[in-house]
Amino acid sequence: MSDLPDHIEVPPPAESSVLRISVRTATILLLFTLVFTALMAATYYATRPAIERSARAEKMKLIGEVLPHDMYDNDLLADNATLPPETALGLDDPSTVYRARKDGQPVALVVEAAAPDGYAGRIGLLLAVAADGRLLAMRITQSNETPGLGDYIDPRKDKNKAHPWIDQFKNKSLDEVKPEQWKVKKDGGIFDAHTGATISARAVTNASGRALAWIVRHRDQLFELPTGGRLEEQP
Amino acid sequence: MSVYRDIAKNSLWKQNPILGQLLGLCPTLAITTTFVNSFSLGLATTLVMAVANFAVSSLRSFIPFEVRIPIFILIIAALVTVVQLAMNAWLHDLYLVLGIFIPLIVTNCIVLARVEAFAAKNSVAMSTWDGAMMGLGLTAVISVLGFIREFLGQGTVLGGIDLVVHGAKAIQVLPNDYPGFLIAILPPGAFFVLGLMIAARNWIDARANERARQRLVQVQQAPA
Repeated sequence: MSDLPDHIEVPPPAESSVLRISVRTATILLLFTLVFTALMAATYYATRPAIERSARAEKMKLIGEVLPHDMYDNDLLADNATLPPETALGLDDPSTVYRARKDGQPVALVVEAAAPDGYAGRIGLLLAVAADGRLLAMRITQSNETPGLGDYIDPRKDKNKAHPWIDQFKNKSLDEVKPEQWKVKKDGGIFDAHTGATISARAVTNASGRALAWIVRHRDQLFELPTGGRLEEQP
Repeated sequence: MSVYRDIAKNSLWKQNPILGQLLGLCPTLAITTTFVNSFSLGLATTLVMAVANFAVSSLRSFIPFEVRIPIFILIIAALVTVVQLAMNAWLHDLYLVLGIFIPLIVTNCIVLARVEAFAAKNSVAMSTWDGAMMGLGLTAVISVLGFIREFLGQGTVLGGIDLVVHGAKAIQVLPNDYPGFLIAILPPGAFFVLGLMIAARNWIDARANERARQRLVQVQQAPA
């Protein structure tokens, strides 16, 4: 204990000085917020062109993986149409469909889709569907699946480089594989999935089946839409 | 100069962020599934720590004591956002690998810990050096952790290197039909391996202490 006599009273700080300190502290905090928000905004504007450029280049590269460039002769990125938010594709936002043609004849559709029920949230997909209804190929555009466990759905991270998991969907159509078989084997379907990491594979398999059925059903409509046009929502 | 050597020694061994202070375990356990992931995120964290320490140390006379923590967090979060945008723009492939883990650097308490414990009280040069060294100490530990977990779990070395260096390939060390050791990849595996690493560090320290004690005893006995 201290030896101070207990009758000493600490005078309470004057009201005005409390107020002054509060205002000063708040102002400094506000200034810091403004300066660092400005820093973030400046970085955002400085990096945006580069970020958009790499996103576009990546999209072209990704499309090239699902649809070989020699299959079509039109300007694929220009020959697009807008799709409304479509639950069958798993999308909450409008998306874009790219239409590949050769000598003016329909060749394939490149459509974005998503699996909402991955192990770690949404899995973005890109599908190329041939005019005859075959799923030419599929790629993962975005996913947060567990590294080394569920991320084999993405062929870039699949350990099996010779036969990546996702290749089993190549050239499958719903005429060949009945919709009730378009599932992982564990659910009674025909597609393999790694033991102990079925959730990611199941999400991608189910989403691709739903998306493929929707695309095949709207195939003619999608090819006939004018460039830059928009598919009207079904009543 | 010996101050700087002490900071380096402290950061890399004696007060290593993970083995010594056990700070920042969330990213440590989450991302150390491969060496490449660990090393990349470690370097990103190092960059943020050095810059955050630099910024806080430079501004420390303007930061009111009462609201220092909100300001520190503000500075760290802003810097992480800047690093994230810059990586997205100019190191896009690496950004795709680390993806969601970059914003998590904000929540890594080792960054705030060094800002609060060191940068708020020391000179700009020393603080920057401390941030960089602490970051490297963290990088070293999580790299080893990622290396061990990847080797045990998948039997590979440098898996995912193709995402960072084009054309490079992972080395399959164990035979191709190695079934994998799932628990090493899952978070519990991170706990096990980390526990073993901490034990190893303590064992090395204990042995060094024992040697020093014996030397001391000999020195005391010799002149007698």
